[in-house]
Amino acid sequence: MRSQGPPLSSFGVWLASRAASDPSRPRRQGYDIHFHDKKILLLEAGPKKVLEKLSETYSNRVSSISPGSATLLSSFGAWDHICNMRYRAFRRMQVWDACSEALIMFDKDNLDDMGYIVENDVIMHALTKQLEAVSDRVTVLYRSKAIRYTWPCPFPMADSSPWVHITLGDGSTFQTKLLIGADGHNSGVRQAAGIQNVSWNYDQSAVVATLHLSEATENNVAWQRFLPSGPIALLPLSDTLSSLVWSTSHEHAAELVSMDEEKFVDAVNSAFWSDADHTDFIDTAGAMLQYAVSLLKPTKVSARQLPPSVARVDAKSRVLFPLGLGHAAEYVRPRVALIGDAAHRVHPLAGQGVNMGFGDVSSLAHHLSTAAFNGKDLGSMSHLTGYETERQRHNTVLLAATDLLKRLYSTSASPLVLLRTWGLQATNAVSPLKEQIMAFASK
Amino acid sequence: MWGGRKLGSSGGWFLRVLGPGGWNTKAARRLISSAVYVKNQLSWTLQIKPGIFNEYRTIWFKSYRTIFSCLNRIKSFRWSFTSVAQAGVQWCDLGSLQPPPSGFKRFSCLSLLSHWDYRYPWARLYSTSQTTVDSGEVKTFLALAHKWWDEQGVYAPLHSMNDLRVPFIRDNLLKTIPNHQPGKPLLGMKILDVGCGGGLLTEPLGRLGASVIGIDPVDENVKTAQCHKSFDPVLDKRIEYRVCSLEEIVEETAETFDAVVASEVVEHVIDLETFLQCCCQVLKPGGSLFITTINKTQLSYALGIVFSEQIAGIVPKGTHTWEKFVSPETLESILESNGLSVQTVVGMLYNPFSGYWHWSENTSLNYAAHAVKSRVQEHPTSAEFVLKGETEELQANTCTNPAVHEELKK
Repeated sequence: MRSQGPPLSSFGVWLASRAASDPSRPRRQGYDIHFHDKKILLLEAGPKKVLEKLSETYSNRVSSISPGSATLLSSFGAWDHICNMRYRAFRRMQVWDACSEALIMFDKDNLDDMGYIVENDVIMHALTKQLEAVSDRVTVLYRSKAIRYTWPCPFPMADSSPWVHITLGDGSTFQTKLLIGADGHNSGVRQAAGIQNVSWNYDQSAVVATLHLSEATENNVAWQRFLPSGPIALLPLSDTLSSLVWSTSHEHAAELVSMDEEKFVDAVNSAFWSDADHTDFIDTAGAMLQYAVSLLKPTKVSARQLPPSVARVDAKSRVLFPLGLGHAAEYVRPRVALIGDAAHRVHPLAGQGVNMGFGDVSSLAHHLSTAAFNGKDLGSMSHLTGYETERQRHNTVLLAATDLLKRLYSTSASPLVLLRTWGLQATNAVSPLKEQIMAFASK
Repeated sequence: MWGGRKLGSSGGWFLRVLGPGGWNTKAARRLISSAVYVKNQLSWTLQIKPGIFNEYRTIWFKSYRTIFSCLNRIKSFRWSFTSVAQAGVQWCDLGSLQPPPSGFKRFSCLSLLSHWDYRYPWARLYSTSQTTVDSGEVKTFLALAHKWWDEQGVYAPLHSMNDLRVPFIRDNLLKTIPNHQPGKPLLGMKILDVGCGGGLLTEPLGRLGASVIGIDPVDENVKTAQCHKSFDPVLDKRIEYRVCSLEEIVEETAETFDAVVASEVVEHVIDLETFLQCCCQVLKPGGSLFITTINKTQLSYALGIVFSEQIAGIVPKGTHTWEKFVSPETLESILESNGLSVQTVVGMLYNPFSGYWHWSENTSLNYAAHAVKSRVQEHPTSAEFVLKGETEELQANTCTNPAVHEELKK
């Protein structure tokens, strides 16, 4: 046990991170030329993940990476590693309602990739590899946990250090000019800094699994259907495999995870195919609007397609985790910044969680780079508030929209179903609006 | 997305509802910080300056304080009303210098550093009791020292001016370096920061890799600066501070600096010509001089003197002398006559509501100038002669007619 004494090392930037959240932060900073003489320490709670050989079976935790995030990852070479391992691009997305015929189809005019489905393990491995390449500037401490943070005084005092001091579990202490909290939605950094967090738990859990399709298809479409109990999504992994993300009530989720495989596969297929929730009233109302749209804009009428059927599920790939929403009232404090899930937590229905995190990384890196080139103290609020304003404007919109969608689609009450049916059909017909939505989500 | 915000520093608690980042959080934070500062202030002893006029002024400022805290809560625009108490500056009438009233901020188009002018300090006293507390003087110096590095405090405009002046200095110096090291663009440059104060500009230049010497005649300022840089081992090595004036070091540092920075200084200097001459003498040939100051115009009179001194009464009358403001034309002519050629003059404007500075075509308030010392000669008065001699030589070389040559020599 090392004794506590004067700070052992002085770092420019320090990150407290958790395995599943944003480990790309130090990679990005390690590669920026303006950080050439800054030292970065990454504090990682989990063990070092070394992927000697890519396993045959796909992992059940996957993320939908937007083109903007892919750009960020390729800016420091991680995307190349991902391409060399495995990922799946999808070109279309169909989102439709269980209670009506309404649907919305997203695709790019030139059929460019809309996004990429990548396993979390693959991303982590790519990032670890790139991290090793900048090990002269970035130090990683695995299996370490900070137990105490000492914040600087708001006003510089004569004798006290103006930096943040961190004490680890093993007793070693460090001081840093900037502490970045990337430690997930139960962020210790956020709690220690006393930053208020607006959060609530959804009465839903998400079930994830790896599914084998009945027959090999091109499989470049992402499917999502809104059931009254919650959205179910099928994301392509390969020609024969897809990943399932099914958000539903806690009881139903527990049932799904524990039921035998055949029943589970039947449940998944019927969730996508069954029209049991349709009502005549809504069908008629929907058809009316559809007719109107077909008169005005014949090309904007999309026919509902059915996702591929599922044959079996990978053994032991069914897992569930609870869902909730969270948003920190402040992303920054003097010498502290929060990124990723530590700052915001979202429902997976829009596939935006990790992309918002990558957006935070990109924005903070940009602000810090400019500040470093201006000779500023990296922990200074002047540029940290710039990062906060930029990201809060983007994230709160997305958070609010996702929450609204989740609540709107959680019911089968007729007035709301009618509202959302017509709304969805109208949005599908208005291309500029769809393009705006796609552009916002692709950032 | 909507939540309260608590500041737990020194017992100062203010709740604020934070909107979803849609409005200027920097402005909000400055409000909060100054509000916290209020609480700290309330525990300090205040002192009355003798005279009825000041009693009225005290009442007037107290009412301003109330109004301001109301404005604070309804998030309306901030008024920058404060004066800056300068450490180490004597005020013959008063036993101690006290902090400014709560919630007031300096109106930022004025220069903040009056430490070159020993006639009038900036201190403003307010009190509720007649007692003078000597220990308060010690406290005040400490408190004032803190003010330099409080980014949301009275020196906030100077902190945010770094967003303009550091890139200005950096980019103009980079033009002279063929290839610079990433991360340390100014590595190898020696810079002199005249009138460095608490080191607000010295430290960023040090972080960019330059070796900087900061000088200031006020002892307390240098102490603050020393203390602040001591926490950063890298800066500690690159920056050196000295308590002295420019004239005192001219002899020993002649022609040693790649750049001299005199930011918010020349409007307080008693003898501008001598000051600029000294700047030139310490510069290497080809070295750069960077100046930021206030223009001498009707607008600067209206805002800097009339408004701040006579109407708002923040600055004691006579603290700023409009006559000492320097117009770009005057500055240019003095610089040229000393062998410095002016490369750039550009205006700066401060927005007190956002707290940011902007470059501007308009130089009628604040402006920045960059001049380069000519490589040819050192003696200022021989400049013209040498230039003339050069021209003659050139003409002589190109001219083949001996008769014309004879005439030129005359």
